[in-house]
Amino acid sequence: MSAAQVTLRGVTKVFPASGGGEPVHALGPIDIEIRKGEFFAVVGPSGCGKSTLLELIAGLTAPTLGEIELEGRAIKEDVPDGVGVVFQEDACFPWLNVRDNIEFGLRQKKMGSEEKARRVAAVIDMMGLRDFARSYPAQLSGGMRQRVCIARTIVAEPRLILLDEPFGALDQQTRLLMGDEMLRLWRETGATVFLITHALDEAAMLADRIVVMSARPGRAIDLVETGWPRERDSRIVERENFGALTSRLWKTLREESLKAMGRAGSGT
Amino acid sequence: MSRLRLYQLAVVAGFILLLEALCLAGVIDKITMPPPHIIVRDLFRMIAAGRYFGDIGKSLANVLLAFATAYVLGVATGTILHGYRTARDILDPLFATYYAIPVFAFYPLFIVIFGLGDGPQVLIGILLAVVAVIVTTLNGLDRVPPVLKKTARVNGLSPLQTALRVTLPFCAPYLLTAAKLALAYAFIGVIGSEFIMARAGMGYEISYAYTNFDNATMYPLILMILLLSIAANGLLSYWERTLLARRGQK
Repeated sequence: MSAAQVTLRGVTKVFPASGGGEPVHALGPIDIEIRKGEFFAVVGPSGCGKSTLLELIAGLTAPTLGEIELEGRAIKEDVPDGVGVVFQEDACFPWLNVRDNIEFGLRQKKMGSEEKARRVAAVIDMMGLRDFARSYPAQLSGGMRQRVCIARTIVAEPRLILLDEPFGALDQQTRLLMGDEMLRLWRETGATVFLITHALDEAAMLADRIVVMSARPGRAIDLVETGWPRERDSRIVERENFGALTSRLWKTLREESLKAMGRAGSGT
Repeated sequence: MSRLRLYQLAVVAGFILLLEALCLAGVIDKITMPPPHIIVRDLFRMIAAGRYFGDIGKSLANVLLAFATAYVLGVATGTILHGYRTARDILDPLFATYYAIPVFAFYPLFIVIFGLGDGPQVLIGILLAVVAVIVTTLNGLDRVPPVLKKTARVNGLSPLQTALRVTLPFCAPYLLTAAKLALAYAFIGVIGSEFIMARAGMGYEISYAYTNFDNATMYPLILMILLLSIAANGLLSYWERTLLARRGQK
């Protein structure tokens, strides 16, 4: 089994009180280990701090307590090198065409313009965006725009890709196809993928391992190993044990979701 | 040409024709205003004779200087202020009521301090234009989606790089609106100051012609200012439309 790439130990996030309210204990304490090269998913009821968890790993915000390490080095409030993030919201720059949007991912990298152009061209091909390289985001569908954002992330060749409900705003068919795409990119880039989602079937279809989080403050309450082969696609949903897997996730999550909605226990 | 544009032109043409008719019929007497075709003829004669070129050049240079200074100052102030919530909250009431301040009232004071040169006129133009630029810049920056700022951070951009490469480009349509406002205010400030007290400039010549019943000078100069501001505004509007079309807005 590969070594841990990301380690979270006792990570807790409390947002300070604002506007006369109480401080909000959003997350933790939580302990997670993400292995190098795996596809790791986190599911949880809404408001459980999933996105906070991702922002902590991305270095966009610092934990109140506990520590996070990437490849043995502590992540402070700074985005570490080698980490890419794809957000749920449309993050394309509307004033740049597809090609320039993707090249933005390389802006801060020290490399020659030829090397940059080569890498951008390669990613454009990889994401099937060649016909749209000169189009502006406004001319593309939501799914295509999200491909552009993914392309902008992978062009920097990150070792860890963080996905914050990246397909949340897309329709069901597009989600499945994007899932296939993500699995392919995961295999081709060899990067570790950390996916936040509220869609159980998405987590079950894509991930090697899935953490189920509790209602706020979010804690890890279950860790499920899917046991899928590395070569896989969305047709994995046809497998016999796929249903059992999602049922298990749902059983755990249902109780937590009811709690989150203010109703105790697993009753009706 | 779109139907809307056609209607706009028709309204303008109709208005000019109405003025022409009223002037020719004597409803508007000759001392008040010559018929539009005479104004246009006088304008051509004025340009052909090269009269007032010095004044026109002086006014336009001052307008441009006031516009550019107010614009750069306004965008920079707006960008910095956007990062300081408290400072912004303190200044907000001032911005909201700023245009109730009769800036021209300070003109005599500026003349006393800086002398009767271009300085006070440019300063009035800047003072009139700068706040519109600050407010419009802040307005645009408020609309930057947080996800774009996060994207900038994930890509390791510094705050200055984020402003130059992400937030200000996002605000480009707002910055163009700010430019249109700044240009209009710079025109008003400079020409208005010249009108009140100056030794040269379009405003000065209009005022001079006004006191001498020299309609053959006053109206063509007014028409010229009108045409210049329409041209500048049209150019900026065209640019704005191109930007918005690229973003799929109208």
